[in-house]
Amino acid sequence: MRGLAGFLAYRLFRTLVALWLVSTVVFVVMRLSGDPVPLLLPPDAPIAEMERVRHELGLDRAIPVQYGVFLANVVRGDFGRSIHFGEPALQVAVSYLPATVELGLAAFLIAAIVAFPVGVLSAVRRNSALDHAAMGLALVGQSAPTFFLGILFILVLSLRLDLFPTSGRGEWRHLVLPALTLGAFAMASIARITRSAVLEIQGAEFIRTARAKGVAEVWVVAKHTLRNAALPILTITGLQFGTLLGGAVVTETVFAWPGMGRLAIQSIYNRDYPVVQSTVFLAAVLFIIINLALDVLYGLLDPRTREAVP
Amino acid sequence: MSAATPAAASLDVPSAAASGRAAARRGLPWFIVGAILFIGALAGIAVLAPVLAPHNPERGSLRARLTGPTLEAADGKAYPLGTDHLGRDILSRVIYGTRVSLTIGFAAVAVGGGVGGFLGLVAGFRGGWVDEVIMTVADAQLAFPFILLAIGIIAVLGPSFPNLIVVVGLSGWVTYARVLRSQVLSLRRREFVHAILALGGSVPRVILRHILPNVGSTLMVIATLELARAIVLEATLSFLGLGIQPPTPSWGGMIHEGREYLDTAWWISIFPGVVLMLTSLVVSRAGDWLRDVLDPTLRGAQ
Repeated sequence: MRGLAGFLAYRLFRTLVALWLVSTVVFVVMRLSGDPVPLLLPPDAPIAEMERVRHELGLDRAIPVQYGVFLANVVRGDFGRSIHFGEPALQVAVSYLPATVELGLAAFLIAAIVAFPVGVLSAVRRNSALDHAAMGLALVGQSAPTFFLGILFILVLSLRLDLFPTSGRGEWRHLVLPALTLGAFAMASIARITRSAVLEIQGAEFIRTARAKGVAEVWVVAKHTLRNAALPILTITGLQFGTLLGGAVVTETVFAWPGMGRLAIQSIYNRDYPVVQSTVFLAAVLFIIINLALDVLYGLLDPRTREAVP
Repeated sequence: MSAATPAAASLDVPSAAASGRAAARRGLPWFIVGAILFIGALAGIAVLAPVLAPHNPERGSLRARLTGPTLEAADGKAYPLGTDHLGRDILSRVIYGTRVSLTIGFAAVAVGGGVGGFLGLVAGFRGGWVDEVIMTVADAQLAFPFILLAIGIIAVLGPSFPNLIVVVGLSGWVTYARVLRSQVLSLRRREFVHAILALGGSVPRVILRHILPNVGSTLMVIATLELARAIVLEATLSFLGLGIQPPTPSWGGMIHEGREYLDTAWWISIFPGVVLMLTSLVVSRAGDWLRDVLDPTLRGAQ
């Protein structure tokens, strides 16, 4: 297990450096974007009042000082008060997190539930009409822009067929279209990788052995193929989970889904630095946790990967 | 048995590459011919936009507002793909939108390929702390959704053509850098590199004359796949209101403008969207094919 521990320690170190870089870039970008104070006060506010607010927010201090304060606060999990909401920024971001997690999980579940069986069937019935249709659709799903898929779903399934609401969050019907939109890319990728992983294993010698022994084809697929194909499928699936977070920004905007992605975009427009920093930071932490969990899972499932400590 | 297995494995690799090349010699598959024609046609449309567009893309006729797709001439002029809420011809706007998509797409690929390629070469060749720093920055960029950063930067610097090119371009540098780094790492240890260095060849000379030609086909594959991604990212930013600003027509911007009228005038959003989707599909399929023919080892990289 020393190999696994060393591997994880190395990953953790890189992760912390990545988090520091991410927060620094966010700090620089947001400070370059201009003064938020005029947005906070009525246009006829006296200069003295603007100076007072600027001082209150610490914006009148030198940039390096602001950066130092910022880093010290980040370590404590304090991103300051939201300029727009007047509450602690991290608290605001966290309160939008459940909606994003709900959307992400739903998208991921839809993607996985559809993609695994389709991928396996495509491989087993290779070159059948089903295989061609599924893989053709998967290619379209992989290259279609997320926001336009959302628009298409709204037009056909919501406006024309009146099956689902166009936007907002509420009962399960609200969740279907955003989850489909967000999950489409992952669904396509998982289906394709499942198909090729299963095909690769199907050609292996131990599968021929199993067939020669007279094992029924169903069991060959279920026991011998799927177990061995699980590893590459798991990796790609995990990676897809990470990219879902990025897609959530666009999907939430299209469907007015009250999650962190939409909050981030609105906060950028509002120049609400603390909230932007909190959302980006939370997203990065989530992404990193998912990847670390995958590394552990991968190391446990396949001892060979532990040797590959760089 | 133990002696036969490695031999069989090493025989396998060249034969896979050779069969790819053989497939290329036998003639191009139909969809690649189609893809080349499609991309060529798009480029032609972009260049000839003023000649091809039947109407002024930025000025509409208010009497023709929200006209559905029709081949019948309304006031002496036909609107084959309909008009938008300001009475502007959708076909003309889609034609002019090609210019935005292709210009930003190709320029972004040049920026991303230049920066990422350079950093990948340096990281792979120098190794050590330089490599460590470059790859850590790459990891950091991959650690959170780039679209947030892109939105932030565009919101700060303003949505101009050059800014969009830089942001969209930089969003893709990591792919080039990672793939080139790993290729250079293995090339650097090869005997011909040692030989040139021993003979007194300078490092830049080795990189330019001997390493770069060896990674050319890899660069080509990544650039094609990145082109599709860049075009979609530009459209996404324009859709969010952070891309090319109105009244200049861009596909993403048109989809955004039509969003409000989706129920009554679907054609405003759907036509540019379909063209965008087709472009993305065709270019990425061409990239997949190039990868399979030129460099099958890249298959896991995307």
